[in-house]
Amino acid sequence: MIVFRLALQSLRNRWLTALLTVLAIAFSVILLLGVEKVRTGAKASFANTISGTDLIIGARSGGIQLLLYSVFRIGNATNNVTWRSFEDIANRLEVAWAVPLTLGDTHRGFRVLGTIPAYFEHYKYRRDRGLAFTAGSPFVDLFDAVIGADVATELGYSVGSELAITHGSGSLPGASHDDLPFRVAGVLAKTGTPVDRTIHISLQAWEAIHVGWERGMRDANRTVAPDRARAMDLRPKAITAAMLGLKSRLMTFRLQHYVNTYRAEPLSAILPGVTLYELWDLVGTAETALVVISGLVVVTALLGMITMILATLNERRREIAILRANGAGPTTVVGLLVSEATILTFAGTALGVAITYLGLFAARPLIEDAYGLYLDIAPPTPVELGSLAAIVAAGCLAGLLPAWRAYRLSLADGMMVRT
Amino acid sequence: MTALAETRVAAPDVVTASGVSFAWPGRDAFRLSIDSFVLPARSRTLLIGPSGSGKSTFLNLLCGITSPDRGTIRIAGTALEGLNLAARDRFRAEHIGVIFQMFNLLPYGSVIDNVVLPLRFAPARRRRAALHHPVEAEAARLLMALGLPADRHKVPTATLSIGQQQRVAAARALIGAPDLIVADEPTSALDRAHQDRFLDLLFAQLGAAGASLVMVSHDESLGARFDRTVALSDIIAAEDVA
Repeated sequence: MIVFRLALQSLRNRWLTALLTVLAIAFSVILLLGVEKVRTGAKASFANTISGTDLIIGARSGGIQLLLYSVFRIGNATNNVTWRSFEDIANRLEVAWAVPLTLGDTHRGFRVLGTIPAYFEHYKYRRDRGLAFTAGSPFVDLFDAVIGADVATELGYSVGSELAITHGSGSLPGASHDDLPFRVAGVLAKTGTPVDRTIHISLQAWEAIHVGWERGMRDANRTVAPDRARAMDLRPKAITAAMLGLKSRLMTFRLQHYVNTYRAEPLSAILPGVTLYELWDLVGTAETALVVISGLVVVTALLGMITMILATLNERRREIAILRANGAGPTTVVGLLVSEATILTFAGTALGVAITYLGLFAARPLIEDAYGLYLDIAPPTPVELGSLAAIVAAGCLAGLLPAWRAYRLSLADGMMVRT
Repeated sequence: MTALAETRVAAPDVVTASGVSFAWPGRDAFRLSIDSFVLPARSRTLLIGPSGSGKSTFLNLLCGITSPDRGTIRIAGTALEGLNLAARDRFRAEHIGVIFQMFNLLPYGSVIDNVVLPLRFAPARRRRAALHHPVEAEAARLLMALGLPADRHKVPTATLSIGQQQRVAAARALIGAPDLIVADEPTSALDRAHQDRFLDLLFAQLGAAGASLVMVSHDESLGARFDRTVALSDIIAAEDVA
C-alpha cells in the first residue's frame, strides 16, 4: 500500500511523461478494440447480408458460386432453372414463400435483378431488418424499376428518372434494351448489402425486354412496343435462382436434399448463412492481418512504456537511494517500479476502453450511413477481455525489466549516488 | 521496548566492527578492511576523509546496505551479518537515521511526508515517534526545533533552500529516536554561518533523542565540536591487491 502510494506520488511528479505513456497505451487499446469491433462488425454484417431466407436454389454448382451470383451479384450462373422446376419446388408443402431471381443484365455497371414484388417483403438482412423505401413504391407499371441506395446516389437517380437496361454485362456495343426504357418507381434505403447496388425490375418486364432476343442479340423485327408488351402473357420460362422461406426450419435439410437430388434437372440448394461463413473464411486472411497489426501496436506501446520508465530511471537513482537509506528494501524498489508500470497500463487500458465505447456510440450512426457497416455495441467479448487482461499483465511484466535494472543499480549505488 | 532497553544496557557501544573485510563483487583487485571500529553510545564522532578513501563503502557497510565478506558489524547489539537482506533493510529503518550531503528529499511529497518516510518501514520507531502525539505532529515539532518555520512544512520540497532541505533531512534522521545517525558531509553545501547553526540545532536534538552521531567530513576544523575525531585512513585499510 505504501509502495502503491509512493508510485502514485512519484508519477504525479512526472505527470507529463506519465500522461503521454497512458495516452500511448490508450490509443493502442483503442486501435485493438476498434479493429476488433470493426472486424466482428464486418463479419456480422457480412453474415447478415441475407437472413430469413432458409434456402437458395440455382443450377447445379458450388455453394459459394451460387451464393456469389444470387446474393452478391458477382459472376454468372452456369445454367438456368426452368420455371416448371421452380414452380414444382415452390409449391411443395414445406415452402412458405418463394421469390424467383433472374440476373444477367446491367445498367451502367450496376446489376439488374428481375424478381417479384414479394422480394421487397421477404429479403431480410441483419436478422430481421427488411427493405425500406426512402421514396416511391414497388413496381406498379410493367416498366417500373426499384433502385438501391448506392445506385441512386452514384447515378443521381430519383423517382421518375428514366433508365435503359443493357443486355449482358454491357461489353458488347449495340446490346441495349433502350427501346424499352424503365422509370424509377422506388428508391430503397441503405442496407450495407449488395441490394444497395442493384436495380430491381419485375420478372414480366425482364421477359418483355427479352422478346426478340432469343439469339442473344436484338432481332428488330421481333421486338415489341411498350404498350403491346403490357398486354402480353409474360410468364417466364426460366429463372437464375430463387430464395425460399420454409414453414419450419426443421424441414430445411429435407428440402435441400430434395432439391439436390431433383430429377428433372440438376439443381443445388444452399443454406445462405452457412455458405456466408464459408465465404468469410475464404477471405479471412485479411482478418488475421488486422489482428496481427493491432497486436503489434500494443507491443509498441508497451515498449514505449518500458523506454519511458528506463529513461527516467537514471534521474530516479537518487530517489531510490533515498528510499534505500530510509529502510526501503530492494523489494520495495522493485514494487515501486512494477506498480508504476501497472498503474500506467491499467489507466491506459481503462482510458482506451472508455474512449472506444464513447467513440462507438458517437460514430455508429455515421458509420452505418456511410458504409452500411453496423457496429454492435456490446460489452467486451471474452476474447477482448482476454486481450485487455493480457495488455495489463504484459504492462506489469514490462515493469519488471526497469525494476530489475533499478534493483541492480540500487545494489551498486548503495546509499550514495555519485552525481 | 524492554528488549530494546536491555540491549542498550548490555551493549553501551552503538557500533562495534571487527575483522571486517569487503570486496566489491567482480572487483577483487580492491579490498577494504576494518580491524576495529567502536562507537560508544551517545557519542559524536567526526570521521575525516576525502572522497575516494572508501568512505561510501564504509557507510554502506555501517548501514547494512552492503555486507562484509568476513568479520562482524554490530549495531545496537545486533550483528548485521546475522540478518538477511530484508531484515537488514528493516533494521536500518528502525535503528539508523541518514543525512546525505545534498539531495536528501523525495521531490514529490511534502516536507512532513519526507520526515515521516522512514517510519513507514519501521513500526517500532513509529511507535516511539507517536508516543506523545501523532507522527505528523512529532515531525512538525522536530522541524520547528531545527528552525524550519511551520509555514514551510506543507510546501513542495523543491521550493526549499539547501539549508532548509538539510534541516528536513535532519528531522527525518532524528524522528523516532534511532540509535545511530549517519551523516555524510551534511554541511558541505552550507556556508560557515549556516554550518554552525545547523550543527547547533542538530546536536541539541541529538541530545534529546539520545542518539549517537557519525559524521563524515573533510573539514577538520569542525572537530572541536565532537567527542572525538577519527581519520578514515586510521580505521580503513584499502588494499590495492593488483
